[in-house]
Amino acid sequence: MTKRHVTRRGVLRTSALAGAGLALPTYLRAQESGFTNAPTGDTVTLGFNVPQTGPYADEGADELRAFELAVEHLNGGGDGGMMQTFSEQNLDGSGILGKKVEYVTGDTQTKSDAARASARSMIEKDGAVMISGGSSSGVAIAVQGLCQEAGVIFMSGLTHSNDTTGKDKKANGFRHFFNAYMSAAALGPVLEGLYGTDRKAYHLTADYTWGWSQQESIQSATEALGWETVENVLTPLAQTDFSSYIAPVLQSGADVLVLNHYGGNMVNSLTNAVQFGLREAQANGKDFQIVVPLYSELMARGAGENIAGIPGSQNWDWKIENQLGERYKGTNAFVQSFGKKYGFPPSQAAHTCYAQTLLYADAVTRAGSFNPCAIAEALEDFEFDGLGNGPTLYRAADHQCFKDVVVVRGKENPEDEFDLVEIVEATPVEQVTYEPDHPMFSGGSLGSCNAGA
Amino acid sequence: MLGLGKKDLGLLAAVAALTLLAPFLLNPFPSDSSLAQFNAGYPDLMQRFVIFGIFAIGFNILFGLTGYLSFGHAAFLGVGSYAAVWMFKLLTMNVIPAIILSVIVAGLFALLIGFISLRRSGIYFAILTLAFAQMSFALAYSVLTPITNGETGLQIALDDPRILGVSATADGSIPVTHLFGLEMRATEILNLGPWQFQFSAGYYLCAAIMLAAFYLSIRIFRSPFGMMLRAVKSNQQRLYYTGLNARPYTLAAFVISGMYAGLAGGLLASMDPLAGAERMQWTASGEVVLMTILGGAGTLIGPVLGAGFIKYFENIFSKLNDNVLHGWFAFLPDGLENAVVAIIHPFVGKGWHLTLGLMFMLVVIFLPGGLVEGGQRIGRLFRRKRGSEERAAQQTPAE
Repeated sequence: MTKRHVTRRGVLRTSALAGAGLALPTYLRAQESGFTNAPTGDTVTLGFNVPQTGPYADEGADELRAFELAVEHLNGGGDGGMMQTFSEQNLDGSGILGKKVEYVTGDTQTKSDAARASARSMIEKDGAVMISGGSSSGVAIAVQGLCQEAGVIFMSGLTHSNDTTGKDKKANGFRHFFNAYMSAAALGPVLEGLYGTDRKAYHLTADYTWGWSQQESIQSATEALGWETVENVLTPLAQTDFSSYIAPVLQSGADVLVLNHYGGNMVNSLTNAVQFGLREAQANGKDFQIVVPLYSELMARGAGENIAGIPGSQNWDWKIENQLGERYKGTNAFVQSFGKKYGFPPSQAAHTCYAQTLLYADAVTRAGSFNPCAIAEALEDFEFDGLGNGPTLYRAADHQCFKDVVVVRGKENPEDEFDLVEIVEATPVEQVTYEPDHPMFSGGSLGSCNAGA
Repeated sequence: MLGLGKKDLGLLAAVAALTLLAPFLLNPFPSDSSLAQFNAGYPDLMQRFVIFGIFAIGFNILFGLTGYLSFGHAAFLGVGSYAAVWMFKLLTMNVIPAIILSVIVAGLFALLIGFISLRRSGIYFAILTLAFAQMSFALAYSVLTPITNGETGLQIALDDPRILGVSATADGSIPVTHLFGLEMRATEILNLGPWQFQFSAGYYLCAAIMLAAFYLSIRIFRSPFGMMLRAVKSNQQRLYYTGLNARPYTLAAFVISGMYAGLAGGLLASMDPLAGAERMQWTASGEVVLMTILGGAGTLIGPVLGAGFIKYFENIFSKLNDNVLHGWFAFLPDGLENAVVAIIHPFVGKGWHLTLGLMFMLVVIFLPGGLVEGGQRIGRLFRRKRGSEERAAQQTPAE
C-alpha cells in the first residue's frame, strides 16, 4: 500500500478545488422565458423524429418527405398544398407567427430508447419547440411521455395503438391518426358482409402496445359478429421470418388469419402465409381468408400481388377525393404537390404527418404563442375540414382526432405499382366514435399541460 | 494522495477537470453558427458520455485485465435499468435507492452468469456470455412482459403505488427523478455572448459517480488483485501450475464489471426513467466491446475516450441530414453542391454506422492500441522535437 501524506497545504488545495467545482453550477445562473425553448430569433425549430432504420423504415422515409414538404409550404415555397383547402386560413406562407420554420431530424430506430435519446437531443440541443413523427406506438408513447416531462408539444405521426390516446395519453400529446378501436369498428360490418358470421379467427400479433390493443379491438369486434377466436400468438417486433408462426395455422381449425402486423413485419408475414398456400386453402368447408386490419400503400407495395383481395382499414388514401368526392377535399391538393416534388403519391403516414404539422402551425397562429399550454387550448375541441379526411374533431377529453375511416382491399388487377389498394367504403365518423371512458381506453389521465421551464 | 501514485493522481485530476468543464469543452461553437451542429454539450449527450464511460470502465476491468471477452455485458446494463425503474415505481423517485438496487441486482445476476460462463475461457466464454445475454433479451422482450413491459419499455405511470412519495404531483403529472429534492433534469443555462452552456444537475451527479468509478478502477489496476488478473491474462496455465486457483479472481472481476454495468444502467434510468429491452440486445453488448477496443483495451482512460467517441458519432452524425449538408455547401455552384452532398450523404444521417465502421477500421489498423496510442504518438512527436533523451523511458504501456 502507498503511504498517505496529509499536509495542511494539500487539504487546503483539494478543498478549494472541490469547492470551486461544486459552486460552479450554482454560480452560473441565467434563465428566462415562461416555457421550454421559447423561440427568440426570427426562426422556430421543429423536431421530426422518424424511424430511418428498422421494420418501419419505409414509413419513416415517407413521413420525412411529408415533413419537408410541410415546412416548405409553411415557409411560402411550392404550391401551398393543403394550406389552400384547410378550413382555417391563418397560414399565409410566412412561416409560423412570422418566424421562418427550420427543422431537425433524428432516427428513432424503432426503439423506445433511441427515440427518446434523439428527441431529448432535439429539445436540449437544437431547441425544438415541437416534436413530431414516430412510426410505432411503442416509440410514440415513449416520446410522448418525454415531451410531457420536458414541456414541449408532441404531434404524433403514425401511431395506431389505443393506448396513445388511451391509458398513456398525455396533455402535451395530440394524435391525428386513427386508432385500433376505430379500425375494428369500421372493419366489423365489412368483414361480416364478406365472410359471414360463422368464422374462426387465428391472430398473429406484433408483441407490443399497438399489436395488443389492435388484437383486443379486432377480437371484440369480430366476436360481436359471432366469430370465434381460436388463438392469439404474439410475435416479436424484430422478427423477419414468420414461417414458424404460420405453419400451425392450418392445423388449428381456424379459417381466417388476422395479421396484426404493420410495415416490414406485415410484408414478411403475409408473404410467408401466401407461400404456405393459405390463400388457396380450405378450412371448415370455407375458403381460407386473411385480414390485415391496418393497411397502407407502402405495405401493399412491399407485399406485391400477395395483397390482392385482402381487406383492411386506412386513415386516408390518396385516391379518396377522386373516388368518394368533395367531402375529402384537400386530398388532391396534397397528392399533387407531393407528387410534383417526389414523383409518386404519398402514403397515409405522410398524410398524417403533413396534416399534424399544419395543425400545429395553425394552432400556434390562433393561440398567438408558442407556449405549449396555449397551443393545447387551441387544439382542444377544434373542428376543422379540408385536410383530406372530411370534417374532423380534435377531442379535448383525450386529444384524439375523430374522422371517417377508410376501408380498403388489395386490388385484384392493379394497373401500376401505386394502384394496389381499392377503397371499399368510407365508414362515417359516427360509427367509429366512442366515449372517452370506453374500457379499452380507460386507466390513464391526460394530467395537466406542462410548459416546462 | 488518495493512495495513488503521482502519475495516476495526475490522470485522475485530468479526468476530473475534463468532466467538470465538459459543458464548456463540448460546446466550442457559438450556438447560432453553422458548426453548432457539432456541439455535444447538451445534458442528454453529456450524461451518456459519462454513463457509457462507467460501463466501459467496468468492462475494461474484465477484458483489459483478465483478457476474458464478454459479449453479454449489456444484459447487466439492462437488468440495472429495470431494477432502477421498478424502484422508482414502487419506492421513491429519489435516485439513490434506485442506483443502489441496480448495482446489487446486476451484481447478483453477474455472479450467476459468471459462475457458469467462467468454466470455459476464450471463444467459448464469449459465446456463453452472448447466449446468456440473448436469453435475457428474449425474456425481457416477450416472456417477462409483465415485469418489463416488453417492446414498449418499462415506464413510470400516473398510478404507480409509490411508498415514499406521491403517485402524481399536485398538478396531475408524473413526478420526476431527484436527488433529495434536486431534480435530475434541472438545468442551468449560461449565455456568454453567442455561446450557450448548459449545466445539468443530472450530468454532475453522473460525473461525480463516474469519477468515483474511475478512481476505484485505478485502485483495482494498481492492487495485488489487479496484478493477479493480469497474470490470468498473460498465462493462466502457469498460474494453475504454481498452485493458484484463478477462478475466484476472474469471477470477482466479472462480478465487479457486472456491477459497473448495473450502475451505468441504473444511472441511465435515473436520468430518463425508461428501460427498454433493446438495451440488452447483442448490438449493445458489441458496442461496449467496440468502445473499449477503440479507446484502448487495458488502459485506464481508453474506455472512457472510446465511449465518448462512439456516443458522439451516434448522436451527432446521425442527425446530419441532406438539409444541413445543403446549408453548408450552399456557397458552391448548384451542380457541384448536389454532387458534394450526394457523396457525403451515405456517411451521415442513417449512415453514421458506416462512418463509425471506417473510423474503427482505421484505428484498429493504424493504432492497434486505440485512441490512447494515438495520443501517445502525438505526445512522443513533441518530445522528440525537444530532443529529449527520455525516449527509452516512454516504452512503458499507456495508462
